[in-house]
Amino acid sequence: MALASVLRSDYTDSVNKLSRFDNGPEKIEVRAALGEDLGFAVNASFKLSDEGIKKKMEFHHGTTTLAFKFKHGDEHGVIVAVDSRATAGSYIASQTVKKVIEINPYLLGTMAGGAADCSFWERNLARHCRIYELRNKERISVAAASKLLANMVYQYKGMGLSMGTMVCGWDKRGPGLYYVDSDGSRVCGDRFSVGSGSLYAYSVLDSGLKDDMTVEEACELGRRAIYQATYRDAYSGGQVNLYHVHSKGWTRISQEDVLMLHQQYKEKAEQG
Amino acid sequence: MAARYDRAITVFSPDGHLFQVEYAQEAVKKGSTVVGIRGNDIVVLGVERKSVAKLQEDRTIRKINSLDEHVCMAFAGLTADARIVINRARVECQSHRLTVEDPVTVEYITRYIARLKQRYTQSNGRRPFGIAALIVGFDDDGTPRLYQTEPSGTYHAWKANAIGHSAKAVREFLEKNYTDEAIAVDKEAIKLAIKALLEVVQSGGKNIELAVIKRNEPLRILEAKEIETFVAEIEKEREEEIEKKKPKKSG
Repeated sequence: MALASVLRSDYTDSVNKLSRFDNGPEKIEVRAALGEDLGFAVNASFKLSDEGIKKKMEFHHGTTTLAFKFKHGDEHGVIVAVDSRATAGSYIASQTVKKVIEINPYLLGTMAGGAADCSFWERNLARHCRIYELRNKERISVAAASKLLANMVYQYKGMGLSMGTMVCGWDKRGPGLYYVDSDGSRVCGDRFSVGSGSLYAYSVLDSGLKDDMTVEEACELGRRAIYQATYRDAYSGGQVNLYHVHSKGWTRISQEDVLMLHQQYKEKAEQG
Repeated sequence: MAARYDRAITVFSPDGHLFQVEYAQEAVKKGSTVVGIRGNDIVVLGVERKSVAKLQEDRTIRKINSLDEHVCMAFAGLTADARIVINRARVECQSHRLTVEDPVTVEYITRYIARLKQRYTQSNGRRPFGIAALIVGFDDDGTPRLYQTEPSGTYHAWKANAIGHSAKAVREFLEKNYTDEAIAVDKEAIKLAIKALLEVVQSGGKNIELAVIKRNEPLRILEAKEIETFVAEIEKEREEEIEKKKPKKSG
């Protein structure tokens, strides 16, 4: 664990009491204790004031990600849509970031917040999910996967992790959608949107959701919601990446540039 | 030769034995008999209850313990060691519910207990647990399971098994009498367990304790009266068998 080794202190014995995932000989080594003694290197860049933690490091909060469950008759599914812009302040660092991490063929994780934090922890989650599968000879449930992630980051609460992710997938209970963040929240729900453009995405999403939607309608709704968010939010843009999660796993539906979408919607509005 | 290699647990003997583990298995053979049977919709655990002293409350001696709502285990061997293992297993069942939001499968908790036992065969300054356990229960999808663990840390799934004193004799009886018809009905599975125990228990139904788990129902310990009823049925069936085998009188 890169972060853990950076924050290592002189503790040697209190560690074992914190090891929550004793899956036999393989223990996650958490050297830094919760909330105790933040006298580490990172402390210098943090200043706990009345307004909260002032972060010196720039994180890529600017993003719009969304996911929602829908159903069509007896068939259920989850749509995951994200933008692809990464910003450092007002500089657009990249327009082609992959903000959906494919944990395994039936689990997806979205990325919002610190790119490195999301990427690292979700890849770590993929490792744990695979080990679970090998040990227990069955796929991990979405609830368990999201819980593993939430517990992992909770151990670093207060140390500056920035991650707001949605764990989406399909398991024997049907479609699963959980929101997990670096504050330790883990919430099950039917629809979530995370990021600076989430407000705009929510408005389109909430007004367009229906009880019964076909896959195409749901995809179009997700696409439209992200597009509208990129239209108004400076920190979101690039392409819309769309995924559909169903009983056989996830499928990558499309990747469309928002400027193309802008033209398409404009033409449609002028025609109709 | 054995004397030099049987003290420290982590030392192999020249011919590949871990003597401490084998001695632990001897301790298991001294324990009172336990039999486990896996039916179609029911799992049964029967134990031989050693006679209690006159002033002792026999309710406090429990060889059959539930680990969770849907899993229970019985052991043969050192009672104190079993208490430790059962406590750890109970905590693990709840930890699993917390982190995975699902109840344990019987295989998972068996694997946990087996891993625990194995760890004690490979660390310094500790001796192995002197118990063998029979773990029964139903998985989430409704499949009945029966597993056996040993002091060495191995575990296997069984259809029916016995551990403890005279385990071999009971197992031979089960091998002859465990058929698909014999366990098709819940009552018959219970009777098979009682019959198996009666082979080795001295004074009949009074010294047998029986517990059953049915699918989606919690552990139930049978009352002495119920066991008496079953024993009476079994004896009646035995007499009928003997009558049938007598040569028929012509006429």
